[in-house]
Amino acid sequence: MKALNKTLTGEKVEIVEIRGGRGLVTKLLNMGFYPGVIVEVISNCGYGPLIIAKDGMRLGLGFGMAQKIFVK
Amino acid sequence: MKKKIKVALAGNPNSGKTTIFNNLTGSRQHVGNWPGVTVEKKEGTFAYEGLNIKVVDLPGIYSLASHSLDEKIARDFLLEEKPDVVVAIIDSSNLERNLYLAVQLLELGVNLVLDLNMIDIIENKGMRIDIEELSRVMDVPVIKTAANKGKGIDNLKSAVKDISVREEKNTFEIDYGNDLENEIRNLSRFLGEKKILSRYSLRWLVLKLLEQDENILAKIKGLPEEKEVEEKVFESIAKLEKHFGYDVETAIVERRYAFLRGLVKECCHKIMGIREREEITDRIDQIVTNKFLGIPIFLGLMWFTFQLVFTFGAPLADLIDSFFGWLGGIVSLGMNVLAAPAWISSLLVDGIIGGVGSVLIFLPNILLLFLMISILEGSGYMARAAFIMDRVMHAMGLHGKSFIPMMLGFGCNIPGIMAARTLESEKDRILTILVNPLMSCSARLPIYTLFAGAFFAEHQGLVVFSLYFMGIVLAIVVARIFKSIFFKKEVAPLIMELPPYRLPQVKSVLIHMWEKGSLFLKKAGTIIFVGVMFVWLLASLPPGVEYAAKESLIGKLGSLLAPLFSLAGFGTWQAAVSLLFGIVAKEIVVGTLGTLYGVEEVGLKSVIMQHFTPLSAYAFMAMSLIYVPCIAAIATIKKETNWKWTVLAVGYSLILGWVVAVLIYQIGILFI
Repeated sequence: MKALNKTLTGEKVEIVEIRGGRGLVTKLLNMGFYPGVIVEVISNCGYGPLIIAKDGMRLGLGFGMAQKIFVK
Repeated sequence: MKKKIKVALAGNPNSGKTTIFNNLTGSRQHVGNWPGVTVEKKEGTFAYEGLNIKVVDLPGIYSLASHSLDEKIARDFLLEEKPDVVVAIIDSSNLERNLYLAVQLLELGVNLVLDLNMIDIIENKGMRIDIEELSRVMDVPVIKTAANKGKGIDNLKSAVKDISVREEKNTFEIDYGNDLENEIRNLSRFLGEKKILSRYSLRWLVLKLLEQDENILAKIKGLPEEKEVEEKVFESIAKLEKHFGYDVETAIVERRYAFLRGLVKECCHKIMGIREREEITDRIDQIVTNKFLGIPIFLGLMWFTFQLVFTFGAPLADLIDSFFGWLGGIVSLGMNVLAAPAWISSLLVDGIIGGVGSVLIFLPNILLLFLMISILEGSGYMARAAFIMDRVMHAMGLHGKSFIPMMLGFGCNIPGIMAARTLESEKDRILTILVNPLMSCSARLPIYTLFAGAFFAEHQGLVVFSLYFMGIVLAIVVARIFKSIFFKKEVAPLIMELPPYRLPQVKSVLIHMWEKGSLFLKKAGTIIFVGVMFVWLLASLPPGVEYAAKESLIGKLGSLLAPLFSLAGFGTWQAAVSLLFGIVAKEIVVGTLGTLYGVEEVGLKSVIMQHFTPLSAYAFMAMSLIYVPCIAAIATIKKETNWKWTVLAVGYSLILGWVVAVLIYQIGILFI
C-alpha cells in the first residue's frame, strides 16, 4: 500500500483507502472513486497535482489530496 | 389559461445541461441568484402544446450528497419546491457516473425523464445504447439528444409533457443486498410509524440516515424523537459495519455503482475503453499539464487573452469615450442656447454624461474578457489552468481555482471578484475576493502612464511593471495575514474533474458573454451613477462655486485631507481631491488632475512635473494602486460577501495604501 502521489505515470492501481475530511471523502466516493476501484494514473510529475482516470473520467487532484488516497 | 408546470434540469458538470437549457428556452431566460447565496440561478420558460413550462437549471452536480453548496442548493430545490418533472441530463459517453445521479434522483422520488445527451459522439464511434432496456429497468422515459446540434429537443419536450401527468409511482429500486435491505426495512418501519419527516420519500430518508448525511441529521435534531432515531440508526450502522468491515456510506455508494456497472453492460452493445474514448484529450493534457510546458503555455494563453482584450477593446473604448465627449459638448452647447442655469448644464454634462460614460467605457473590455473566458471554459482548458496553478496558489495560501479570479483582476476587478464564485469553500472565496483589488486593473494604467511618462520616461515599462509586481507581492502578504487571522483552517484540497476538450459552441459562448456583461452593467451602472452624482454634488456646492474649485466642498475636503499625504510627498489639495474622485473610478484621477490644474491632458505632464518629484510621483502611483477599490468594485464585493468583509476590504486597502506610499517616500528621501 502506498499514497497515490508515490505512483508513476501510466500505473494502474486499486484504491484501498481514502483519508481526509468527511466532505472530501463523500465527494470522491460519490464521483465513483471508492475502495476497490481501479484507476489509471494519467500524469504525475511527482511534486504537483496529478491526473487519474476511471473509465472516461479524468480527475485532477491537488497534491494534498493525493497524499491521503492509498492505493495498491 | 394555459396549464403551468415546473421542470428542473439536473446533471453532472459538463453534461451539456446549459446547452439543453438554451435550446429549450431560447432567449426567454433570466439569471438571478439562489436565495441567500451567490450561486447563479437560471430560469426560463417555453410553451409546448398548451402547457406553459418553467425551466430551472440546477447547478451541475455529481450526487445529492449535499456536502458542497451546489449540491445543497440542487437538493433543497428538489426537496422543498417539488418540481413537476426533473430532467436528468446524461453525458452518454460517461453513462455509469451520470446515471449515478439519476439513481439518486429516483430514490428522492422525483418524476424523472432521462435525457441521453451528446448521443451523437458515441454513436459516431459505433456504440449503441438500448434505450428500451434502460427505460424498462429504471421505469422512466428515455430520450436521446444531441443538444449542440439541436437534435432531439422536440422529443424531450414531448416526454416532459407526457410524464407531467403520470399518476403511477416509479417502481425502480436498487437492491442493496440482504444485510442492507434488512436494516432499511427496519428503519423504514420505525420512521414510517412515527411519521418522522414524512414529507420525504421514506426509502431515501433511511438511506441518507445510514449514509450519515449531515443535512438530514441536522433536520432530525430538535425533533422529539431525536434520541430514539439516533439510537436506532447507530444500532443499524454498527451492525452493518461489523458485518462489512468498513463504513456504511462506502457500502451504499459501492452497491449503487455495482448495480450501474451491470446495467450499463446490459444496455450498451459496445463499451469503449479508456484509451479509445479520451485519446485526444489525454494527448493534449500530456502537453498542457506537463511539468515543464504547463506553466509557460498557460502564461502564453493569458498573454494572448490580454493582448486580444486590450488591442481590440481599446479602439472601441475610445469610440465610446469620444461619443460621450461629443454628447457632452452638444448638450452643453444646447444648454447655453437655452440659457439654462449653469448647475443644470453641469449636472447633465459633468455628472450624468461623464459618470455614465466612465462606466460604459469599460464595457468593450469586459465583454471581450468574458468572451475569452467563455471560450476557455467551454473548451475545457479553464479546469486545467486551475490544476496547473494549484501548487503555486497553495504557497500563497489560496486555492488553485483562485488563480482565474486573480488573473481577471488585471483586466477589471469586478469580473475577478465575481469569478471567485467557482470556489467551493466559502473561506477560500472570501480571501480571494479580499485581495483581488490588489491586482492592478486596467483603469489604473492611465495614472501610471501619465506619471511614469513624465518622471521616468526612460524606464517607463520597468516602473509600470514594478507596480503590477508590487500588487502581486502585497496580495500574497495580505492573503497570508488575513488567512492567519480569519481563516485558520487549511485550504480545501483540489478535486476537480478535467472534462474532455470540446469545441466551444458559438451560441453558448455568446449567451454566456452577454449574461456576465449585462450583469456588470446593471450592478455597476446603478452604483456608479449614484456615486458620481454624489461627487458632482460635493464639487458643485456651495452654490455659485466653480466646479471642483478649492472653495467647493470637495476642494475643502481635499485641503482637509492634504496634510495626511504630506508624509507621502504629495500633500496638495489637488492630489487629495483627485484621489477622492478616483474612488468613483480610478481612471477619473487623471482627468481630475487636469481639471484642477486647469489644463488639458496634453499639458498635464509639464504641470505635474512642477508639483511632484519623481519620488512623490512613485508614492502617488503606489497609493493609486492600493487605496480603496473603486465604487463599482466595492459594490460588487458587498454583493458577493457582506458588509463586514466590504468594510474590511475598504479599510485595509486605505491603510495599506497610505502606509506603503509614506514608506516609499520616507525611505526614498533618505537615499536621494
